[in-house]
Amino acid sequence: MIRVELPQHLQTLARVGREVEVSVDGPVTLGALLDAVEACYPVLQGTIRDHVSKKRRPFLRFFACQDDLSLEAPDLLLPEPVVRGTEPFMIVGAIAGG
Amino acid sequence: MSSVRVLVGTRKGAFILTSDGKRQAWAVSGPHFPGWEIYHLKGSPADPNRLYASQSSGWFGQVMQRSNDGGATWQPVDNKFTYDGTPGTHQWYDGTPHPWEFKRVWHLEPSLSDPDTVYAGVEDAALFRTTDGGASWHELPGLRNHGSGAKWQPGAGGLGLHTILLDPTNPQRMFVAISAAGAFRTDDGGTTWTPINKGLKSQYIPDPEAEVGHCVHRIALHPSRPDTLYMQKHWDVMRTDDAGGQWTEVSGNLPTDFGFPIDVHAHEPETIYVVPITSDSHHFPPEGKLRVYRSRTGGHEWEPLSKGLPQQDCYVNVLRDAMAVDRLDSCGVYFGTTGGQVYASADSGDTWAPIVRDLPAVLSVEVQTQP
Repeated sequence: MIRVELPQHLQTLARVGREVEVSVDGPVTLGALLDAVEACYPVLQGTIRDHVSKKRRPFLRFFACQDDLSLEAPDLLLPEPVVRGTEPFMIVGAIAGG
Repeated sequence: MSSVRVLVGTRKGAFILTSDGKRQAWAVSGPHFPGWEIYHLKGSPADPNRLYASQSSGWFGQVMQRSNDGGATWQPVDNKFTYDGTPGTHQWYDGTPHPWEFKRVWHLEPSLSDPDTVYAGVEDAALFRTTDGGASWHELPGLRNHGSGAKWQPGAGGLGLHTILLDPTNPQRMFVAISAAGAFRTDDGGTTWTPINKGLKSQYIPDPEAEVGHCVHRIALHPSRPDTLYMQKHWDVMRTDDAGGQWTEVSGNLPTDFGFPIDVHAHEPETIYVVPITSDSHHFPPEGKLRVYRSRTGGHEWEPLSKGLPQQDCYVNVLRDAMAVDRLDSCGVYFGTTGGQVYASADSGDTWAPIVRDLPAVLSVEVQTQP
């Protein structure tokens, strides 16, 4: 299973804890993982990516294994530790600043 | 015994205030959806325990919520708002074409007869409808495509469809208002639309009497006289008695005719309320005195209502969707401020008291009257 960390507001919306686990059929790409998250938790559709364009919402970031994957293409293969479940894939809300 | 439920949308969540018909002691529930902007929440006239809420965030976009028990519990419903067909463009701030992009739901207007039918006014300006209790939303594209849509331009706050009025005597007739496009009417249930801006004069656009481009802040009607509409425009308070065929200015003796909300007394169709704001540059009350102005003559002649409102050092604003009335006798009037206060008057505006303080900035206020 792949571990995904969610920001607090999405935890509340999906009524889950900080981390959820999802499975991905086939190659574990960035896009396939987000598809799986949205399939498991339909209430998150549109909150991480735009419904139609599937573009990442601008104020969210995707981190894994100390790398920022936010600007990567949907077909990026995720790092092995994420695929094995030893490291989480993190969906992070951008810091508001101030 | 009668009771009142006040639905308050704020920058950081929703609050539900309840009282009996005396409207003296209030219970506060919330925040619901803490941390999210709640542009608007409103109950169904056909089923008062059916509520709908627009929940949005710069981080997470749009979420829609529905309650079947008066706000005790909520369930997310569909949040997909897709423009019909190829969206095309409207004008950007610099006059260049800009693609229509959904940003948020500004206003929800439940059907007068069917709790599952709700209209949603959105930014970038368009009108959507659900007929299945929020399970799906579909655009009524005739508004955006009636011909002038490509000329619409956002105001500083965005290109938002913020007001939806349903004619209680004619289910085919609706009115909407858009900043900064103007007011529009449909007589065929939303299939086709007509701009109804004749008589408006706006010095801040190249042609002050243009068919569209006016920054209408709010329109209101009394259910017994649906051909009479009142308007608070960017500047000017206006009225029409022929469903928007011709508007005339009724600002009269107001200290300033800039403002955002306007509403009509529940039992007196010629009694209307506005909250004058200093100017488009100074979004706070004149002289630091928060005053509601009431006209009992449908405009022209206005009286200040200040008893119980702060009369010094008050620099809050009252936003367009943040005033409402109840249907009790005497009519209650309510408004919320950007300072987080919700004020109520149980005597048609003669006296006021805060019913809650220190909320986040108030975006919207709606009232449900329960007999």
